[in-house]
Amino acid sequence: MRQEDLPGKLIAVEGLDGSGKSTQVYLLSKWLQGLGYKTFFSEWNSSALVKQATRRGKKKQLLTPTTFSLIHATDLADRYERQILPMLKAGYIVLCDRYIFTSFARDGVRGCDPGWLRRLYGFARLPDITFFYKLPLEVALGRILEGRPRLKYFEAGMDLDLSPDIVESFRLFQGQVLEQYLSMVEEFFFTVVDATGNVYSQQREARRIVRNTIDLAKYRRRITP
Amino acid sequence: MKPKRCYDLPPPGLSPSTLTGALIVIEGPDSSGRSTHIAMLAEWLEQKGYAVAQVGLKRSTLVSRELETAKQGNVLSPRTLSLFYATDFYDQMENRIVPALRAGFIVLADRYIYTLMARDIVRGARPEWVESVYSMALVPDVVFSFVVSSRTLVERTFQKNSRLDYWESGMDTGLSRDWFECHMKYQRRMRAEFNRMEKRYGFERVNANRSIRTLDIDLKKRVQKLLEIDIPEA
Repeated sequence: MRQEDLPGKLIAVEGLDGSGKSTQVYLLSKWLQGLGYKTFFSEWNSSALVKQATRRGKKKQLLTPTTFSLIHATDLADRYERQILPMLKAGYIVLCDRYIFTSFARDGVRGCDPGWLRRLYGFARLPDITFFYKLPLEVALGRILEGRPRLKYFEAGMDLDLSPDIVESFRLFQGQVLEQYLSMVEEFFFTVVDATGNVYSQQREARRIVRNTIDLAKYRRRITP
Repeated sequence: MKPKRCYDLPPPGLSPSTLTGALIVIEGPDSSGRSTHIAMLAEWLEQKGYAVAQVGLKRSTLVSRELETAKQGNVLSPRTLSLFYATDFYDQMENRIVPALRAGFIVLADRYIYTLMARDIVRGARPEWVESVYSMALVPDVVFSFVVSSRTLVERTFQKNSRLDYWESGMDTGLSRDWFECHMKYQRRMRAEFNRMEKRYGFERVNANRSIRTLDIDLKKRVQKLLEIDIPEA
């Protein structure tokens, strides 16, 4: 993947469901915004038009690994070309809750070829920082299975036929997704965060890393909202 | 016929070599006569006792509605649109083409990945990216590429619709603000892209300037040879 120099910075957070990454990225964006920096936040699978199709596909279980992957790539392409890239060009700090690595991990488990996936997402630049919220599988499972017992079909990897029991399928699926993530740590220079720690100290650590990596003074807003 | 294969790795869960049937693709611009000839071929094949399935672009249950919405306004970037088309294509390939071939059907495809790739490349996508996206596509048993002179094409279009189509004229590409000129330029670029692909993908070029009847006889002869149908009267 070629990386042209852009004035903005891209920060992504990745991790299993239940790893606390969404809370962390939310707090990061609050912090940056509060200090008056140009910030934009984007969430996985959130483009309006694509969402309808994804929802229909998921509800009716129409998706195969290939179309599952392509529809998420469509979603990212939409957000990337209309928002993320223009923002990066305009000198924003863009925060992404899940990014291309989510697809590499999940679709990889679904059997999509890693090379194909990497070429598919070749249009999206690599983040300046990728926080990976690392959590032992049992802890992540515990957080999800305790708090929100109604699992969805694709979320639990039911399409993979790992187990007819949805909870068991979820366990097995998440285990494989975790393995995929761990295999990417070096390939993509993840900044690994121990997600067993408390929220506050995790956030302090993340802020320290952001401050040390990015010259924040450059990103101050010219106009006050 | 050779055993089925994909251009590169097959999509997860598919072993192409287990497929039977035949995949026949007709490519060509709008008004080149694709649908007329597909209808005639389907009728003829069914008469001969072959089961036929017809597929085309933008017909998937998954995203065809979104594609329609997207084409109404210019809300999507070219890449988003091309990925939507790719999703539509693979949805149909996995859910319609593959099951039909597995059941021994003859699948008649009204356009295939080549139109999609050419459109993307003409709009500035990197050819390697586009080719990689479609690398899991099944290799058709034959691709008939309909070639029509641009003047004939325009005449046929006007005869059919009395106006040029926005997308088929490439008005979104901004090649010209003049609708007719843009149409000619865009079709010329598409033609050039098809010429580039012809050798690479082994298209059978079909002169579609001829009368419906002459072309029909020609096509049936070619299909007959492909399927090794031993019936003298076409």
